[in-house]
This record gives sequence, structure tokens and C-alpha cells, in this order.
Amino acid sequence: MTAATAQLDAGASPAVGESRRKRNPLPYILLAPGVLWLVLFFLIPIFTAVSASVQTGSLDEGFTLTWRWANYSDTFSTYNSEIAHSLFYSVACTVLCLLLGYPLAYFIAFRGGRWKNLLMALVIAPAFTSFLIRTIAWETILADHGPVTRFLMDVKVTDLMAHLGLLTNNHQLLNSPFAVIFGMVYNFLPFTVLPLYTSLEKIDPRLHEAGADLYCSGFKTWRHVTWPLSLPGVIAGTLLTFIPAVGDYINAYMLGSPNTMVIGQVIENEALRSESGYPTASAMGVVLTVGTLLIVLFYVKRAGTEDLL
Amino acid sequence: MSTFDAVGDLRVEGLTKRFGSFTAVDDLDLTVPQGSFFALLGASGCGKTTTLRMVSGLEDPTRGRIFIGDTDVTSTKPYKRPVNTVFQNYALFPHLDIHENVAFGLRRRGVKEVRKQVGDMLALVELGHLAKRKPSQLSGGQQQRVAVARALINQPQVLLLDEPLGALDLKLRRQMQIELKRIQTEVGLTFVHVTHDQEEAMTMADTIAVMNAGRIEQMGSPENLYENPATTFVANFLGQSNLVAGTVAGKDGDTLTVEAHGHRIALPAARCRVETGAAIVGVRPEKVHLAAAGAEIPAGRNVFEGGVVTDASFIGVSTQYLVKMPWGEELAVFEQNSGQEIHRPGSAVSLHWEPGQTFGLDGRQDIEAGADIDDEAAS
Amino acid sequence: MISKALGWIRAHVLLAVTVLILLFLIAPNVIMLVFSFNEPPNKYNFVWNKFSTNAWQHPCASSDMCSSIKLSVTIAIIATIGATALGTMVAFAMTRHRFKARSAINVLLFLPMAAPEVTMGMTLVTFFYNTIGSGALGFWTIVIAHIMFSLSYVVVTVKARLAGMDPTLEKAAADLYATPTQTFRRVTLPLVMPGILAAALLSFALSIDDYIITVLTAGNEVTFPMYVYASFQHSVPAQIDVIGSTMLLITLAGIAFAQVPQIIKTRRA
Repeated sequence: MTAATAQLDAGASPAVGESRRKRNPLPYILLAPGVLWLVLFFLIPIFTAVSASVQTGSLDEGFTLTWRWANYSDTFSTYNSEIAHSLFYSVACTVLCLLLGYPLAYFIAFRGGRWKNLLMALVIAPAFTSFLIRTIAWETILADHGPVTRFLMDVKVTDLMAHLGLLTNNHQLLNSPFAVIFGMVYNFLPFTVLPLYTSLEKIDPRLHEAGADLYCSGFKTWRHVTWPLSLPGVIAGTLLTFIPAVGDYINAYMLGSPNTMVIGQVIENEALRSESGYPTASAMGVVLTVGTLLIVLFYVKRAGTEDLL
Repeated sequence: MSTFDAVGDLRVEGLTKRFGSFTAVDDLDLTVPQGSFFALLGASGCGKTTTLRMVSGLEDPTRGRIFIGDTDVTSTKPYKRPVNTVFQNYALFPHLDIHENVAFGLRRRGVKEVRKQVGDMLALVELGHLAKRKPSQLSGGQQQRVAVARALINQPQVLLLDEPLGALDLKLRRQMQIELKRIQTEVGLTFVHVTHDQEEAMTMADTIAVMNAGRIEQMGSPENLYENPATTFVANFLGQSNLVAGTVAGKDGDTLTVEAHGHRIALPAARCRVETGAAIVGVRPEKVHLAAAGAEIPAGRNVFEGGVVTDASFIGVSTQYLVKMPWGEELAVFEQNSGQEIHRPGSAVSLHWEPGQTFGLDGRQDIEAGADIDDEAAS
Repeated sequence: MISKALGWIRAHVLLAVTVLILLFLIAPNVIMLVFSFNEPPNKYNFVWNKFSTNAWQHPCASSDMCSSIKLSVTIAIIATIGATALGTMVAFAMTRHRFKARSAINVLLFLPMAAPEVTMGMTLVTFFYNTIGSGALGFWTIVIAHIMFSLSYVVVTVKARLAGMDPTLEKAAADLYATPTQTFRRVTLPLVMPGILAAALLSFALSIDDYIITVLTAGNEVTFPMYVYASFQHSVPAQIDVIGSTMLLITLAGIAFAQVPQIIKTRRA
């Protein structure tokens, strides 16, 4: 029985000994600083960005609000290939992360035993070192004419990948869409594994036994028992991978080529290195933000908010 | 801190607790004499735990007052009341060792030198050698004793026990029941024990209050409640009863006669809650004897004729019979196995017992009340 | 024979996949450690040349790099303190109290974790432009941004720890004469502390490693990730691997150190 606040009987006279519960201000005091911080530095900036996106001008002259909605259409037409790249890479990355992350999370959750925490630490620990440096390390592993590249060339895998458009640089692994996706999967895998693991770990292993008792083979048990129960984790993991991946550009910058440019790079360039790119960058930022909000709100509508955090 | 000095009986007046539209505790009036072992007995959801929490201060009443002696503690915070609780899940502080757990209350009240008191208390519960261990390293029974020690060391006016033995296995539970009763007699504090286990209540308590749907059905000594229940609920909840509906036929001096299904049942008027109209006569199964149909029955006994044995279970100490009566009801009879013949299923029998062992209840009550509450399910 | 082999494969396929993925995750760290002992053949430390401890002996050969590290650490410390304090308070409010705006706040806390960094950085920059002007971008705008995106992670971490705490413990403390302040100090806080520390650690790691939001809000300051990114085009010295390895070793040491009390406890019992 959850303790609800005591409610005064309607019409009962407050006699001595009857308790009165004040409106407790404590939660609001605790919430205020953190929530205000986010409102001020996360929410409100979205609105200023909308305003910025319809401005024109330059760094020298300053920017003025001209309500130039054409900024949006210009941006989309100019950078449509970069947008396509971002979407394609992040979808590929999310799918691959799911395919790799699920078995990993499953193994740790159900076969990990007392090594569970250690294994999860191993999954997360690499993320604690500079991801820029780790991404650079892939330059070594996938180096042009290096052992990995040469091996894959020998078994003709690189020909297949080039056929699919994954390799653009003379069948070298680096500086190609393949390398970009590869790097993204590497960087985002923990983001997928963590929510998946949390969700799987909560499943009572005796449910597997119940499944077996009711004529399910190993695969069927997974299909009919484990998979549906892990769905919240799958969705959370997908959200937390896909959305950040769309905006990511470190991998594209370090492991890609000018042909693999993504919108993140566009935004950075326009914001930092262009005379009049500030409204353009804002427009792209707004589009991405709105997209994010829509996806998250759609998810919340279906699944409620309690599982989010 | 004057409420700390409150001394005397625990008394609640008109205690009520509502959660929205649900009334958990309904206008309770209760006095627990100082130094007694008191049990609040009832199935889960009857309001006993809520009552306990209101006495401890962890729950605010919707209405009513709570007194210790003459001091009104209704609106006193729990950390200012001379009341301590032994929680159902023990609630031992996992980050403190046993010594510090037991010393916790003393320290919060500013006592500096705790070592002797803690040592004595741990000796009382026979856990002195585990003082430096953490709770997670102790067995369930040991944790339970630490919980008792932690509460007891503060010498509260009232010690509240919230189904503390529920998680223990049977043997340990029996042991602890005796232990707690011994400790209570030794220290002379008021114990209020909440439980759904009627055997436990009857073993340990001086006084039992049976609670049902937020109200007290009956309060009294275990013997009184058992031998002379006041309501069908108490009759069915405490042990088993044979309850048969009938009508009061007449009164002759101290004896009442009730007519039930063609039989005339006599009982002392003092043991019947009504004098006229619909009545339910009751008798405990162990007070009833079986006689083969047609056999001679001693004079002066109440008799139900025409029964057929449907089940005979040999329990060891006794044989428990189920007998189907002509009016469809199945009555229970427990015969001690002291050598008499066993009546096989199918035999025609008569039931007979001493009229003085009968009790009479208001016939307007639900004859099934309290009967189908499963002890196991309730835990 | 074949079915036996297949059976063995089926039983172990999950293990094999797991091992492979773990190797995949660890490989760059290993490369980084190994190559910190490399003497680069040219300006890029991508190919093994020969063993040398030069980079470890002269980690600050590039003074710009070391000053950027100093800046990153300073920012990380301040941002950690801020995010942990604010986030812990929010976590307490979310777990222990009921209030009306719960769902909305859940969403508000979730969004920074889900949103692309580039949008959070970009929108924040427009906010700063319009309030304090572009000239004021620098140390404090970076700190503000870091606290902003770390907050949610702190809340999640502390919330998890708090939710796992037996709620009766605080009632027991009140029953044993502890005032609300004493209960918090002697029961709640010690039990939540591991969660708060973990959150602080997480916040520190997020801050020190952040590039995208930082570069947009940094103005003229240069943090370590910014240094690495900017110099990537023209040089990747072995010192970079030295710094990365150091970070890794510190993290591993931290994790191992956190396990020690647990191991001692189980040994003693």
C-alpha cells in the first residue's frame, strides 16, 4: 500500500489530533537548479536557434532578423548529399550496433554469472579514454596496405565491398564509407549495449525454463519470451544510438574522405569557418532538433516516460 | 522532548485511517495495559499494520488520537516518540556493523557511552560474538534478533513488532516465539505484536485483538477468544468452528435453547450473544464426539443425528472427521486417538457434546466470515 | 561427428561472438598503448617504426598540447562538481517525492542524452550570441555546456542507486530517534554515496572527452580534444597515444580500486 498523503474528510471538522499535511516544497527546491539549468541552456537555445535560422548577414555586418525562411530550403538543396550520407550512415550504424550489441548484452546478462559487472566494465571502460584517440587508432589497424587491408584484398572481400559502394578509395579500407560506418559502430556500441543489458538483466531466467517446459526450443524461447521482454531495451538503445549518430561527424572527418561529408561537418564549418554561415548552421541545427523531439515524443506516446531514465 | 517521558498504557481513541475512498482503520478504540504482551491478529489487509504504523508515528491518522499514559502523542514525530519498531524485513542498516546498528537509537539521543548497554543487549539475544559483522553476513534468524535488540535497547514505552517472524522457517519461528515471550516477561515492556498467524498470537500474547476490515471484532485473552468467540469471523478465523444456523426457542433460567434443523441445542445463556430470534450455535471440533447411529448417548448432551462420515484423516495425535449432516452442511469432528474405534467414511453417526462448550452468535451474521482466509496466502 | 561439431559450435557461438566483439572494442586501446612506445616514422604515428620510450619521457614535447590538457582537466573538475550537485538533487526529488510535472521532467532529462551533440552545441551558441555576445565565448561557456549535457547522466546514475535502496531503512532511522537531517546524514547519504561517486566519475569522463559541443562554445580556448582534432590533419605525434594510455590506465585503476573493498569484504566473511 503506497502511502498517499492523508486526505481530510470532506466536511469533517479539524479536531485536535487530526493531522494536516502541508504542501511539501522540498521536491521543488531540489528540482529547481537542475531543471532551470536545462531549461535555460537546452530548451531556450532551441528557440534562439529558430530565430537565428531566419536571419541574414555576416560576421562583419552583424546578423539581423529578416525572417528568411528560404534559409531552410537553401540548406536542404545545397547539402542534400550530406544529409543523405548522415541518414545512411546512422541507419547502417544503428542496425549493426543492434546486431552486434544484442548477442553481447545477452551473453553478459544470462551467461555472465559473477563476471557480469566486470564484463560490462570492459564494455564501457574503453569509452572512458579519449574517443578521438581511439578513432585514430583505427587508422593504424585499417591502414592502407596494412595487414588487415591486404588480407581482405586477398580474399576478394574488398571487391565485394567496392561493388556495394562501401569503398571508394581504390579498394583501401580507410577514407571510405565503410571506414566511417565502422568507426561509428565502434563508438556507439556501448550506447546500444547499456540499455539492452539493463533490460535483459531484469528478465527472470526462470521464464526461459517456463518456455522450455512449454515446448520452446532455444531459438523459440528467445523469439517468444526473451525478445518481447527485451523490447523496451531495444527501443531505448536504438533511440540513444540513432539520434546522436545522425549528428556525429568525428568518424566522417577522421576515417572518411571529402566524399563522405555529413551534416555535422557542415554545421561546424558554417558555424565556425564561414562568414555568413551562422543562419545556415542554425537552420540545420533546428531541423535536427525538431527531428529528435518528434522521434522522442513519438516513443513517449507509445511507451510512457517512466522507462526513459 | 517531553513526549519522551510519556509513561503508561497505550490508548487509541477513534483511530481512523483512510486512503482516498478506502478505509484501512475504522474508528478504533483500544487500550493496551502497560507491560502486557498484546497481539493484533488478522488477515492481510485488515488494517493491523496500518494501526501499528500510526502508533509508531510513521503514518498520520485521518482522525483519532493516540495516548501514552496521559500524553497525547498523535501529532508527535516518530523520532520523538518513546516507541520503537521491529520491522517485518528487519531494515538493518547495511553500511553499519551489528554493534552500530544496535547503538543507533542511543547515539541519536545523545548517549555517549554505549558499549556496555550494547554489550548487555547483544548478550540478551545471544549475538555478542557477531558485533563486528555486517547484517548481510548474518542468517535470517540472527538478523531478526539484531532487529529486536536494536529496538529494545532504547527501552521504549511500547515495542511494536510488525510480523517479525514471517520470514523464518517453522522451527526457528517457534524458537523465536518463546524467546520473545521470555524477553518480554524479563524486561516488562509493553509489546504490541502484529501477525496473521493465530497460533503465534495465542502462544505469545496476554491479550489478542482480532481485526477485520479496519475494525476490532473481539478482544480478550486467547482462552476467552477461542472458547467464547463473539462473532462468526472470530469463530472461523481462530481455529475451526462448527457453526449451525437456528432460532432461539426459549430460555429456562440460565439455559437457552436453540432450535436448529429439528434438533434442540442447549447452551448457557451467558455464552449466547442473543436472547431471541435468529442465532448461530457453534462448537469447536475437538469438543465433539462421534457415536455410531443408534448407539447410546450419555444424558444431557447436545446431539446432532443423521450424519454420514465423508472423510476420516488420521493425523497421528487425532483423527479428523468430516461428517455430512442431513441439511447439507459438513461438520468437523476431531477425536483424540486414545484407543476408540475409527468411524470409516460412509458410516452413519451422531455428533454429541457438552452443552457448556457451546457458544451462540447473532444469527444475522455471515456464517462463512473468516472461514476461507488462507494463512499461507495471507503472508 | 559432424553433428557433434555443430553442437559444439552452436553451444559456443554466443561465447565466440562475445569474445570477438570484446576484442573489437578493446583493439584500439591496445594499439594506443603499444604505439605510445613507438617512434613515429613521420609526422603521423600510424605505422610501427621502432620501440622508443621517448614519448613517455617527453610527454609535453608540444607545449600547446599540455596546456590544452590542463584546460580540459580544469573544466572537467568544475563541470563535474556542478553537474553532480545539481543532478543528485534532481535524482532525490525524482525518486523520493511525488509531484505534478514528473512526466515532463522525465522527458526534459532524457532529451540531452538522446539529442545529437552538434544540435545542442549549435543552439547553445545561438543562445550565447544573443545574450552575452560572441566575444564572451570561452572558459565559462564551455563549463556551462558541459554541466548541461552531463546533468542527465548524473540523474540516471544516482537515481539507480537510490531506487535500489530499501525504503524502510529511513523509516527505521526515524523510529530510532533520528531527525530527518540525521537520517539523511547517517543513513541515506552513506548508502547513496557510491552512486554519487560513480556519477561524478561519469561526468568527469564525459567532460574531458567532449569535442563537438566544446568546439562550438569554446571561442578561442583550446581543450585537449580540440587540439587533437585540429592537429589531426598535419600531425599525430606519439604523445597523443601517451595521453590516451594514461587516461585508460587511470580509468582501469579507478575501477580496480572501487572493487577492492568488495573483495576484502568477501575474503573476510
